[in-house]
Amino acid sequence: MLKERWNDAAGGFHPASAPDFLPLERLREVQLRRLRAVVQRAYDHVDLVRQRMQEKDITPQDIRDLSDIAHLPFTTKADLRDTYPFGLFASPMGEIVRLHASSGTTGKPIVVAYTREDLEVWAEVMTRTFASCGLHRGDIVQNAFGYGLFTGGLGAHYGAEALGATVIPVSGGNTERQLMVMQDFNVTAMCATPSYFLHILDRAADMGIDLRDLPLHTGVFGAEPWSDAMRRRIEMEAGIRAYDIYGLSEIIGPGVASECSEQHGLHIFEDHFYPEVIDPDTGEPLPDGVEGELVLTTLSKQAMPILRYRTRDITRIIPETCACGRTTRRFQRVGRRSDDMFIIRGVNVFPSQVEAALLQVEGTLPHYQIILTRDNGLDQMTVEVEVTPEVFSDQVRALEDVRAALAKAIEHILGIRVGLRLVEPRSLARSEGKARRVIDRRDI
Amino acid sequence: MKLQQISVFLENRSGHLAEPLDLLAREGINILGLSLADTAEFGILRLIVRDWGRAESLLREAGWVVKLTEVVPVDVEDHPGGLAAVLRSAGEADLKIEYMYAFSLRHPGRAALIFRFAEPDRAVAHLTRAGFRVLEAEPLLAAVE
Ligand SMILES: [Zn+2]
Repeated sequence: MLKERWNDAAGGFHPASAPDFLPLERLREVQLRRLRAVVQRAYDHVDLVRQRMQEKDITPQDIRDLSDIAHLPFTTKADLRDTYPFGLFASPMGEIVRLHASSGTTGKPIVVAYTREDLEVWAEVMTRTFASCGLHRGDIVQNAFGYGLFTGGLGAHYGAEALGATVIPVSGGNTERQLMVMQDFNVTAMCATPSYFLHILDRAADMGIDLRDLPLHTGVFGAEPWSDAMRRRIEMEAGIRAYDIYGLSEIIGPGVASECSEQHGLHIFEDHFYPEVIDPDTGEPLPDGVEGELVLTTLSKQAMPILRYRTRDITRIIPETCACGRTTRRFQRVGRRSDDMFIIRGVNVFPSQVEAALLQVEGTLPHYQIILTRDNGLDQMTVEVEVTPEVFSDQVRALEDVRAALAKAIEHILGIRVGLRLVEPRSLARSEGKARRVIDRRDI
Repeated sequence: MKLQQISVFLENRSGHLAEPLDLLAREGINILGLSLADTAEFGILRLIVRDWGRAESLLREAGWVVKLTEVVPVDVEDHPGGLAAVLRSAGEADLKIEYMYAFSLRHPGRAALIFRFAEPDRAVAHLTRAGFRVLEAEPLLAAVE
């Protein structure tokens, strides 16, 4: 049984949530005013932006309408790396009060900066995030996002405090301590990456702790793509409502978008972050409802205004208005990133497709990992799947059948042959942060 | 009449089999019967122990995937044809045997075999009627310890 507990649109939201309910004309006015200001700011203070706009022969005065945003140059992760560390800052150091950095998977990290005003906006959008997930003053929030250079920990921390909740800054890792805190402090809400929360669930089961017996009623999960199957498993096994939130350091950190009580798409805090969906190949804007790459422009950032950031996240804007009453646009949960994708024997593969196949066979999503190797010039894909007590059998044939069924389901979806290996539980590397789904051992 | 057998999932890696056995040894649990079914990729370790409840939870807590299955111990005469008689009788009753393995008894001239029948209850009833000695769990386990 799920514990039902969140408030509806009619009552009880934190006052910070007011911009989520603005009449559309008013929202568009705010956006246009802020867009013009942020473009001017970037043009005046960021060399790269000014050069690129000059190359395209446009000036801030050319932004007369929200649709003019399509004339602006994109910003990519490579731009942030190339200007490492401070090249995109628009404020002098004397006004910058915080730096964060994201661990680049390759090479240098990227550095992001905040003025005091930026931190206030960040706390505001995270307050709106928690309110959107049904949390209130009085909730006890265990924040297992990592504190430190990563934006997750502190971002969630200040938002939950501003909401009036009680924050436990436990940070990531030390799973047994997480469980102790959760039980002893009557925690009602948990912030974590979904894969880490699954790890906590596994550990709880080993220790004989049933999270459904605890006051915990809400999970606020983000920082990596996760499937609906994972959500169902988390909600069932923990007896909570599991909400998806979205953000990225380059834009602000967590707090760019959040699900609401409907759990159907994430509302973008679009008075601060202007969304577009583009064709990732041509860069052309796509109409609402069509799937493409999410592009975000910070409308109010002072220290580091970012124009048209290519997120690499594949999604679509949901054109219908939401039953929760918010007027802000929603995008569909991000199931895949354009750079999560890998190509094997000429076929584009997304880990979410493998998840769908595993789910079909097992009913719940087991832990898995995809290993790519190259033998004699031929690419091989092997999926390692942890054996669960549900599929385990004392008979070799029954296990062989499970193995074959899993391989067949994946081959059916992908259209290529894959190897499938059953492995012992916990044998797959389970980082306490993001789950590593794909290990590419091909030397390309 | 029936025994609980513990099965453990193992990856097929060298030396790996020792891990669950060491764990049980450290806890003072004797292995009374054992069989390993393996393929190139994985293995299934099947164990008969006296305190199967404790063994199961120890293994589970240590992170192994474990399953309990009912198996049937049958007393067979330790001479050529002893096993064949059981198999013939099971075949006549259309009892499906998934697998079987030996269980060492310290009684000269007798041997116990562990049978994994698809339908253990029907198997016990049939074999008893046919005059075979289906062993009681307690005395059997006591006999080997
Ligand atoms: Zn909504």
